[in-house]
Amino acid sequence: MHKHYVIAGAVVLASGCASLALAKETSFETVQKGKYLTQAADCVACHTVENGKPFAGGRAIETPFGTIYSANITPDRETGIGAWSDDEFYRAMHEGIGPDGKRLYPAFPYPYFTKMTREDVLAIRAYLNTIPPASNRRPDPKLTWPLGYRALMRGWNWVFFQEGTFTQNSEKSAEWNRGAYLVEGPGHCGACHTPKNTLGGDKRSNALEGNQIQHWFAPKLDNDRQNGLGAWSVDEIAEYLKTGRNRHSGATGLMGEVVANSTSKLDDADLHAIAVYLKDVTAVAPELASKPEQAQMDAGEAIFADSCAACHQSNGKGVPHMFPPLAANANAQSSDPTSVMRVILEGARTVATDARPTPSSMPAYGWKLRDAEIAAVATYVRNSWGNAASAVTPAQVKTLRSALHATTQ
Amino acid sequence: MARKLPSADVVLVGFGWTGAILGQELTDAGLQVVAIERGSWRDTPTDFAVTFAQDELRYYWRHALFQQPARETLTFRNNATETALPMRRLGSFLPGTGVGGAGIHWNGMTFRFLPSDFIAKSHNTERYGADAVPADMTIQDWGVTYDELEPYYDKFEYLCGIAGKAGNIKGKIQDGGNPFEGARSRDYPTPPMDMVYGPTLFANAAKELGHRPFPGPSANMSRAYTNPLGAQLAPCTYCGFCEKYGCGNYSKASAQTTILPVLLRKDNFELRTESEVTRVNLDASGKRAVSVTYVDAQGQEYEQPGELIILCAYQLHNVRLLLLSGIGTPYDSATGLGVVGRNYAYQITSSVDVFFDDKIINPFIGAGSLGMIVDEFNGDNFDHTGLGFIGGGYIAGWNTNGRPIETHRTPQGVPRWGEKWKRAVAENYLKSFSLATHGAVMSHRANALDLDPTYRDILGRPLMRMTFDFTDNEHRMSDYLTDRAAEIAKAMRPREMKVTKRTGSYSIVPYQTTHNTGGAIMGTDPKSSAINRYLQSWDVPNVFVMGSTAFPQNPGYNPTGTVGALAYWAADAIKTQYMKNPGPLVQA
Repeated sequence: MHKHYVIAGAVVLASGCASLALAKETSFETVQKGKYLTQAADCVACHTVENGKPFAGGRAIETPFGTIYSANITPDRETGIGAWSDDEFYRAMHEGIGPDGKRLYPAFPYPYFTKMTREDVLAIRAYLNTIPPASNRRPDPKLTWPLGYRALMRGWNWVFFQEGTFTQNSEKSAEWNRGAYLVEGPGHCGACHTPKNTLGGDKRSNALEGNQIQHWFAPKLDNDRQNGLGAWSVDEIAEYLKTGRNRHSGATGLMGEVVANSTSKLDDADLHAIAVYLKDVTAVAPELASKPEQAQMDAGEAIFADSCAACHQSNGKGVPHMFPPLAANANAQSSDPTSVMRVILEGARTVATDARPTPSSMPAYGWKLRDAEIAAVATYVRNSWGNAASAVTPAQVKTLRSALHATTQ
Repeated sequence: MARKLPSADVVLVGFGWTGAILGQELTDAGLQVVAIERGSWRDTPTDFAVTFAQDELRYYWRHALFQQPARETLTFRNNATETALPMRRLGSFLPGTGVGGAGIHWNGMTFRFLPSDFIAKSHNTERYGADAVPADMTIQDWGVTYDELEPYYDKFEYLCGIAGKAGNIKGKIQDGGNPFEGARSRDYPTPPMDMVYGPTLFANAAKELGHRPFPGPSANMSRAYTNPLGAQLAPCTYCGFCEKYGCGNYSKASAQTTILPVLLRKDNFELRTESEVTRVNLDASGKRAVSVTYVDAQGQEYEQPGELIILCAYQLHNVRLLLLSGIGTPYDSATGLGVVGRNYAYQITSSVDVFFDDKIINPFIGAGSLGMIVDEFNGDNFDHTGLGFIGGGYIAGWNTNGRPIETHRTPQGVPRWGEKWKRAVAENYLKSFSLATHGAVMSHRANALDLDPTYRDILGRPLMRMTFDFTDNEHRMSDYLTDRAAEIAKAMRPREMKVTKRTGSYSIVPYQTTHNTGGAIMGTDPKSSAINRYLQSWDVPNVFVMGSTAFPQNPGYNPTGTVGALAYWAADAIKTQYMKNPGPLVQA
């Protein structure tokens, strides 16, 4: 999950104790490090509403179990975390337990943050102490029964949560270990990219194998050439994270936010380390898809020539760094076609970064193409120029269209 | 009562090409810049998406991207003996409105003027004698030379990613480029567009006649391009929807594609749209501008103070704003005195259509500046002795479009409607091609702009009044140019051809070109120019005026390249001279 939240209003403790962190001298270096890690963890994305005060929370997060609202993590003593002690902050990050002892929901990715060192966690705290306090009480979560009972999380944690700080793998390089720490800890990449079980827990044995989230498909990050990162070099992965695009792809949707708020602000060395680690994720070959119907491919080809070829080119090679190539495109060949359908329905806007300021965009086709037409052109894209993936059905498009329509109402 | 806002370092009035350039340059210099634009925000994916941009009815016929005459127009007369009447439907020219201005709906033809164009008065009198410039022909030297502007032309071309072939690099003539052009410091940033059949036939015929045709310099991309600011453009698809349309493929240089992605990320820049500046306010001395007044879409009036006020609106609006604000002495054509409104000029065009039996031209494989150019008869590239005119123009074989509502050539003698017309359109649509001439207009004492005594706009301000006609100089020049075009057309060996010369008085009704110039021209003498060589008002030194407003007369090329170069030239003067020592950059 990309949007993860501390769920309960109850995490705000009206403690009479002065914050220890505020009382102590905090070095500039610690605050700077905390700011950097806060960006690495992309805290601002979930903890800020659009055009709202940074970190003041209240952003609605759709989960399969209902809607929850992110916490205010500014130093406001009443509605934020200003009254928390450092120990309480660390416990929330490390164990998923609020200062009142209540369990947090794992939409707040403590199953990842648990891997962070106490020093790093407290650096984040030190940084959060420097931002302006904002009074903002978030709405109560709207969860399906019986998930409103936080005590249930004790059982969830017992089954799915492994507490523990990251341990170095001595067989791997220091860079690999740094990458692993960032991916598995603050970066919490698996929150979106790792498949979930029916209770929302990570399927640990399928780490980073792709996952549907908020009507996007967060693609596989393994080293498979067809629908993973196999065709991307280490430098190309780092370039993507830094600039929002490389010759294979451009970041849009939720990943666009991650790039804008987080990865584009990381050091080149850290991005390189992340890439080194990801390139070492074992490839899982995709399931063999059956060949699509020729009639659907013919219809898709005609629509592609009419509506898509101007930018993506008739040979599917696109305009690298601007209009992503569709030939050999891993996203296009994902086992789950959600993102392909969504981009056609809604259009897409590649994230703008300092390095790549042009937010190259694709217009929406949802108003122009019917379900069967979108299914046909998506199927064509997934099965042309050497691509191979399951056919898309009009019913799949219809379902996604209604779901997207419902979320924009 | 106007609401007074906090002061800014720089206020830009209008936010098209020049506004974006000045915004980018001056925010880079650390200034706080506010741009005020009368039209709306527009961007590629939301407003020009390929899913609906190619709509002739909406854009060509219903003028979706242009200034709306119901809100603002001008009155027109051919000469001072007539009563000017309002233009109620745009015709001869199509000023834009909204973010990006007319730079959204341009074709993308991006020329440089000739070195001799910048010294038109002294050059022509030197070569042809004082009599070559009649008393009423009020042409002037610009006060800036080609060599001075060269680095700024270069900067604009590299901003845009212009596709072309240099004809003269550092004095060395290059095969395949324009041998007449001034020396460039380097070649174009991208190679020419792929040439299609019609322009190729035209160029081959021109070569047979001894001319040296070259590919039109194009702001439609021949390939993907990342400009020095990091903004990206994509290769043109040759869809043939440029002029009058926004580009949905990021393939045409505009403020949106080349500057705004960078400028709008800056904290020291602010853009206010749907806000129309009604006047520039001066202090009691009348020598210093203190603010602009503008009205937003709700009718609320605001006063925006600023240290530096830069007019970046379309040429006509810049002149009108100066007149409405009392900056500079209004020009009086009866006495020849005054400067604001003086030397309004335009361009003169004609065409030669050719019709084939045996050649399929496929006009729809087009782009705004896809074509070949013959420059042998432009400016002073040829000997004018005995011709009875000065100036010139280029002859082009453009393949801009095959849009069927607009482009349906029929041979001479075909009725303008009905069965025979329909048959002729169908028979000739794929097999016809047009040669265009694009000629200079020299300024004339009687051609001018002032405020209309009768008609007012929706905000109650007097409309601009345009007084303009072609003179004998233009007709002689254009006829000469058209005859040369007809020679090339003949050498293309068509079945038949149709020569359409520009005859009689200028008419504001049929579309000709959106190349209005002058009215607040640059120069070296405050008696005959409104702004100095850095585009700074002689009278109110903290006001600068951008755009073709500055052209003392109108050379035979499309103006945008020079408009961009002048904007960079002025921005540089502001950054390196004015900011250090605010005040007149040239002593009168």
